[in-house]
This record gives sequence, C-alpha cells and structure tokens, in this order.
Amino acid sequence: MNVEMLSRFQFAVTIAFHYIFPPLSIGLGVLLVIMEGLYLKTKNKLYEHLTKFWVKIFALTFAMGVATGIVMEFEFGTNWATYSRFVGDVFGSALAAEGIFAFFLESGFLAILVFGWNKVSPRIHFLSTIMVSFGSMLSAVWIVVANSWQQTPSGFHITGQGINARAEITNFWAMVFNPSSVDRLSHVLSGAWLAGAFFVLSVSAYYLLKKKHIEFAQASFKIALGMALFASLFQLFTGHQSAIGISKTQPAKLAAFEAHYDSSAIGDLYLFGWVNDNEQKVNLGLKIPGMLSYLIYGDTKARVTGLNAFNEANRPPVNIVFQSYHIMVAIGFILIGLSLVALFLWWKKKLFNQKWLLWIFVFSVFGPQLANQLGWISAEVGRQPWIVYGLLKTSESLSKVVQANQVVFSLIMFTAIYFLLFILFIYLLNGKIQHGPDVPESIQSEYEHQKALLERE
Amino acid sequence: MEFTFDLNTIWFILIGILLTGYAILDGFDLGVGALHLFVKEDQERRIMINSIGPVWDGNEVWLVTGGGALFAAFPLVYATVFSGFYTALILLLFSLIFRAIAIEFRSKQPMKWWRQMWDVSFSISSILIAFLMGVALGNIVTGISLDSQKEFYGSFFSLINPYTFMVGITTVALFMMHGSIYVVMKTEGELQKKIRGWVNNAIIFFVISYVMTTMYTLIYYPHMVEHFKNTPILFLVAVINMLAIANIPREIFHGREFRAFLSSCISIAALMALFAIGLFPNIVFSNPNLENSLTIYNAASSQKTLGIMLTIAIIGIPFVLAYTISIYWIFRGKVKIDTTSY
Ligand code: HDD
Ligand code: HEM
Ligand code: HEM
Repeated sequence: MNVEMLSRFQFAVTIAFHYIFPPLSIGLGVLLVIMEGLYLKTKNKLYEHLTKFWVKIFALTFAMGVATGIVMEFEFGTNWATYSRFVGDVFGSALAAEGIFAFFLESGFLAILVFGWNKVSPRIHFLSTIMVSFGSMLSAVWIVVANSWQQTPSGFHITGQGINARAEITNFWAMVFNPSSVDRLSHVLSGAWLAGAFFVLSVSAYYLLKKKHIEFAQASFKIALGMALFASLFQLFTGHQSAIGISKTQPAKLAAFEAHYDSSAIGDLYLFGWVNDNEQKVNLGLKIPGMLSYLIYGDTKARVTGLNAFNEANRPPVNIVFQSYHIMVAIGFILIGLSLVALFLWWKKKLFNQKWLLWIFVFSVFGPQLANQLGWISAEVGRQPWIVYGLLKTSESLSKVVQANQVVFSLIMFTAIYFLLFILFIYLLNGKIQHGPDVPESIQSEYEHQKALLERE
Repeated sequence: MEFTFDLNTIWFILIGILLTGYAILDGFDLGVGALHLFVKEDQERRIMINSIGPVWDGNEVWLVTGGGALFAAFPLVYATVFSGFYTALILLLFSLIFRAIAIEFRSKQPMKWWRQMWDVSFSISSILIAFLMGVALGNIVTGISLDSQKEFYGSFFSLINPYTFMVGITTVALFMMHGSIYVVMKTEGELQKKIRGWVNNAIIFFVISYVMTTMYTLIYYPHMVEHFKNTPILFLVAVINMLAIANIPREIFHGREFRAFLSSCISIAALMALFAIGLFPNIVFSNPNLENSLTIYNAASSQKTLGIMLTIAIIGIPFVLAYTISIYWIFRGKVKIDTTSY
C-alpha cells in the first residue's frame, strides 16, 4: 500500500476509535445534568444514587475520549502536512478555539464532578456538571465547524499558487456559519444524545432482566427514554435538513447516497440495494419512485443531479457510501420505533415486564454507535476525492517527507494499542456494571455528613 | 533584526506562554510519574497518583491548546515539525495514551500484577514524554535540515545526538525536581519525609545536567546567545533563573514547600524565556541552510487570522485562568484517599 492509502486508513482507524467515546460523553453528560437536577429539586436519594453511578461510567468514557483525542489533534500535522499548510489559516483557529473555550472548561470542571463530591456544596457540584456537559458540546461545535468548513468552504480566498497555494480567511463568521455547519452540528449532537440515552437504556434493561437494582434501573430507564424519544425524532429532522443541504452544496455526495446516475431522471429513494458501479444500476433493490425528488424539492417529478454529471475521477466510491448511508437511516427509523413502542407500553403501565422488549433494549446500545460511525463514513467518504471540497484533493494533501514504512509502523501500533484499550475498556465497564450502584447506606452517611457540615458554615 | 511588536510577535509570545504553562503544570505531574516507581507501597503509590488526580487532565490541555494555537498561528511550523518528526511524535502520542489510561485504570482492580503493570506504564511513559519533549527542544536549538520547500530531510535518528540527548535528560531532571517538591507539598507523614529527602538529590541531578547543557550550548550553538550580547538587560532572565533554582533548597530546608514550589515554577518559566529569546524571531532553525529557517513571519497565518485569534485568546484566557485557579484552590491541601479517588 502507498502512503496515501496508509494515511487514510490510519486516519479512519484513529478517528473511528475516538468517535466511540465522545458521543457517549456528550450524551451521558446531558443525562447527568437531568439526574442531578432532579436530585437537587426533589431531594430524593434515588436520584443521587443515579447521578453517582453514572458519573463513574462517564469518567471512564471521558478518559478514553481524552486519550484518543490527543492523537487526532496532532495527526493533521504528522500525516497531512500539505493539507495543514493549506487550511491552517482557516481551520487552525477553530481547533484553537476548541482548546481555549471547550477543553479547559471540560477538564477543569470534570475534576469537581468526579472528585469534588465532598469538597464543594451540592449547588456548586451541580454547576460543575452543567459546565462539563456544556463544554463537551462546545467542543463538538468547534470540531464540527472545522469539519463542515472543509465540506462546504466559505468565508475565505485562495492566495499563492501551486504548492504554495493556501486558503486565507476573509470572513470569520462566514467560515463558522458555513452552509453545512448548523445542519451537521445539530445532527451530530443529537446523534450523541442517542448514544448516551441508549447506553443508559441498555444497562437499565439489563438490571431489570436480572432483577437487580430495580428501583434504580426503572428511574434511569424513564429518564433515558425521554431523551431517546426526543433525540431520535430530532435526528430524523436534522438528517433530512442535511440531505437538503447537500443536494445544493455537494450534489455528487447526494447522488452517491442514492446511487442516482442519470441527471435527466427523477430521483428515486431506495430502501436497500446493492450498487453495481460498472453497470450503473442497483441490484436486489427496493425503491420508492420519485421519493428522493419529493423529499428534496417537494415535487415527485423534479430532476436530481446524477453522478454522470461528474467526471469519473471526481466521484466517490458509490457502494460504500450507499450502504453506510442506508444502514444509518434504517437504524434511525428503528430507534424511533423502539422509543415509541416503549412509550406506549409505559403509558399502558406494562413497560417493565416485557422481557422481549427489555432484551431488545439491552442490545440497542449498538444502534447509535453503529449509526454514528456509518454517518461519518457517509459524510467523509462521500466527499472523496476531495479533502477540502472542490479545492484540494485527498491525494494531494499528504506529508511529503513521511515514508510508507513509518506509517506502516504507526498504523500497526495504533491498531494494536487501540485493540488492547478497547478490551480493557469493556472489561472495566463490565466490572462497573456488574458491581452496580453503591450500597445506599454508605453513600448516604458520607454525603449527608458533608452536607450537614456545609450547611452549618 | 529589528524588534517590532506586531501580531506575529504577540503570537510567538502567546504560544510561548501556553507551552510554559504546560511545562510548569504538566511538568510536575510528569515529575510525579517519573518518581512513582521509587515509592514502593500500594497505598503510597495511590497517594502519588491522587496528588495529581484532579488536575493532570487539565494540565495536558495546555499542550493540546498550544498545539492548536501553533496550527492556527504558524501552520507551516505545525506541518513541517510534526511531519518531519513523525516517528518521534508518534512515540510521544503512544506515551500520552498510555499515561492517561494508566492513571485511570490503575486502581480500578485490586490485583497486584494489574497495579504493577499500570504503575510501570505510568512511570515509563511519564519519563519518555519528558525526555522526548527535551529532545524536541534540543533539536530546535541545534536546528534541523530544511530544504528550500521548508521540508525536513533528515531521519529519525538524525534527531538524536549527544546534545539533544542531554537536553532530554535535563528536562527529565527538571521535572523530577519540580514533581518532588509538589509531592512534598501534597503529602504528610512518612511519605512526605521520604520524598523530602529526595528533593536535594533531584536538584543536584538537575543542576549538573543543566550546567553541562548550558556550556555545550554556549560553545556549539552561539546563535542562541546573540540577543543576550546585543541587549545585556536580557541577562536578567538568566540571573532570575539562577536565583530561583538556588532558592529551592533554602525553602525546603525551612519547610516552606509552597514557596519552594513557586521558585521552581519561576525557574521553569525563566528557562523557557531564555530559550524563546535565543530563538526569536526564528521558530525552527534550518541547519545548515539558515535561509530556509521558519520564522514568525514566513511561517505565519494571515494578519486577519492572527487578529481573530487574538480576540479569541483575549476572551478565553481570563476564563482559563479562572478555572485553573479555582480547581487548584478547591483541591488544595494534603491528599486524602476516599471512595472517589483513583
Ligand atoms: C462530536 C464531537 C467530537 C468530534 C467530531 C471529535 N471530538 Fe475530540 N473530543 C470530543 C468531541 C469530539 C469531546 C466530547 O469533547 C471529548 C471526548 C471526551 C473528552 O474528554 O472530550 C474529546 C476529546 C478530545 C481531545 C482531548 C481533550 C482533552 O485533553 O481534554 C482532543 C485533543 C480532541 N478530542 C481532538 C479532536 C480532533 C482533532 C477531532 C477531529 C479529527 C475530534 N476530536 C473529533
Ligand atoms: C433518521 C434518519 C437519518 C437521516 C435521514 C440522516 C441523514 C444524514 C445525512 C444526509 C448525512 C450527511 C450529511 C453531510 O454529509 O453533510 C448524515 C451524516 C451523519 N449522520 Fe445521519 N441520518 C439519519 C440518522 C442518523 C442516526 C440515527 C445517527 C446516529 C445516532 C446519525 C449520525 C450521523 C453522523 C455522525 C453523521 C456525520 C456527520 C454529518 O455529516 O452530519 N444519523 N446523516
Ligand atoms: C478536519 C479534518 C479532517 C480530515 C483531513 C479528514 C480526513 C479524512 C480522511 C482522509 C478519511 C479517509 C477517507 C477514506 O478512506 O476514504 C477520513 C475518514 C473519516 N473521517 Fe474524516 N477528516 C477530518 C475530520 C473529521 C472529523 C472532525 C470527524 C469526526 C469525528 C471525522 C470522521 C471521520 C470518520 C468516522 C472516517 C471514517 C471513514 C472510514 O472509515 O472510511 N473526520 N477522514
């Protein structure tokens, strides 16, 4: 393999692994705010146990996010030096803003969230929880802005020529609010909420099935279900907005999503299928004629730009993009369905004795994880061969001085280390889940004692 | 070179400040890591780790933000250095991963082998991080071979020579000294007594390697002292550095750990300042072809970006300082192990 393929592969492995953890941290963070808020409001001990248990899990996912995130920060420079020179003027400021505004906030208040139970008053502790959650979403803001800029560049001009060409910022706010950032940010955030919500649903369903920590599990389940319901519907909405957006900004990507080749044809929507790129058709497919045109233009007869409008060299690999996009959307509908069924049974007061449904929820944790990964694959592979859409090709953005053997070494090492980390993560996570929330008495006395002290002050 | 106080200079200084913040803050927790294996008992090792427990992550953010700021303000430096030092940087990243994970995982299981494994990886990775950073700094002093496209054309092994090796060792020594003082400040009883005894050794280790490195620099890399010859007042920084170092044993002797720690912070800041002054206005020296060097002018982003970034920094930095100070304030005092500890 050449340096290009190796570097792409390494970026894919490292970002995909990193992206297991941020959505969990972001999603759990919001749930923690709700749980601790309920505790402060109702003073019900149950919510305190909830908060304390999920904080421990949160700390673990957060640590994994930090350890793998640092790699990302430097990988642009190590493997994509030409790209870094090209975009530094624009892209760098978003990355730096992420550090200054988000990472300091998260890491600072995380200390209080995890270690500060006995050091600060309950109110300050709650404030820290809010800040950590806010910070994690803020970091999503800046990194998604940076990524959206390279999908739909705006607010810049090009200076220099040939290898010295680079993008320079002309309008900061136009860069930040580039055509895709709002759509994509809302989609990414609600994808993260789904990851957190279904994680909690899964663990709670497991406890309910094992008849352990019943009261605890029911409370967790209800809170997470509320969030799942909201986020899964919001996800559909924001995903739809994104699709409308890319029909304007990245028509080749949209065409690849639906394997739409012929520009003079109306757009069909496939439920599934297998793309044969050579013959330009979809095998074993089931489609709704005109539906793509309808979703985008509100008109089943409208023409949709097809892949044939683009030079063969400027098309993404169609089948990969098609499959990942369709599975993501399918998962999206399944999650909506699951949330609605659970809501209905809750209303019927039969939710917690449906064994089959609880088993589905145990495994539902993989849904959002998979959809998040596939979503990024659709978005990132779908913009190929461009790294900065329409301006710079992925193949032209490598580090010139880095040799294949160096990348082979780092790729093998990353893969091995991440594999090991993942096993350890699952091992520790499983330990925490099996251990369950701490025995009420011990927590009670300690925190109560401390609170009594604080109130006297 | 005329000195003009423009945006490029401001960013040179700001990145210097970020990296100095990193050296001071992560410096002590890397130092704690370097000393970790010398402490033998499990309970004592827990105290060591928990002394940095609530703060190490925030400390590392100074590096992350420094990296981001470098990318934004001097993208050519970011690109050239990180791709040029590829293998070294990857090793650094592995060490950072292992260190973060070791801290998080170590006390999560009671088994002896488990804890020993993470103790070793915590300590080795801390030492390696300090060493690699020192080597990187050393290379910035000696200069690296850049071609006319400002790309590095040496190999991984060309980055390690006796001089850069020595700067690496000096950095490890410095952080060990800094870390030992920090631990003395955060502990009590037996453990404190033991580590108090190590502080002097660490200082001696540091001073010896520091003096050797300085002489080496003066003899072989006189370009680092140009500015000091032209503007003698800058020697004051060197003097402050000496005084700060000399003050440490005195404060320790009188049992004033906090002041000793402050002195050690000042000496690190002064060292970074000496280094930055020597370098200015270059960021990466090209050796042998000096004209290919990356400077704060030919490697910078546009004035517009530097201006925007300055606004971001001016808004952000007060918050950063406020969080940092409050966290250190909330977690002041001696370490106590409880149910939330690592
Ligand atoms: C949707 C959100 C999202 C996305 C797309 C990314 N990250 Fe991330 N990242 C986070 C959301 C996040 C987070 C939630 O803020 C994390 C996870 C846990 C944590 O500590 O912060 C984090 C951690 C994290 C850290 C460690 C921060 C620290 O030390 O506290 C770095 C340096 C990065 N990330 C950098 C990146 C880069 C360069 C990315 C792109 C290639 C990237 N992240 C994608
Ligand atoms: C419900 C139906 C869904 C639709 C219609 C939809 C639509 C889309 C579209 C059009 C994109 C590409 C955006 C671009 O390239 O600019 C995208 C990307 C993405 N999707 Fe979805 N999606 C759906 C469900 C989901 C679900 C359930 C998740 C995860 C829980 C998810 C996570 C993502 C992610 C992480 C990305 C990449 C980031 C981005 O480009 O916005 N999506 N989605
Ligand atoms: C901003 C700088 C970025 C660059 C230069 C970049 C570049 C790349 C490249 C070259 C690939 C490999 C594509 C392929 O093999 O076809 C890739 C894949 C990917 N990227 Fe990005 N990307 C960036 C930002 C992001 C961000 C912010 C995310 C969010 C987490 C992200 C998520 C992904 C994912 C999940 C993949 C995996 C696709 C796969 O598995 O093939 N990328 N990226």
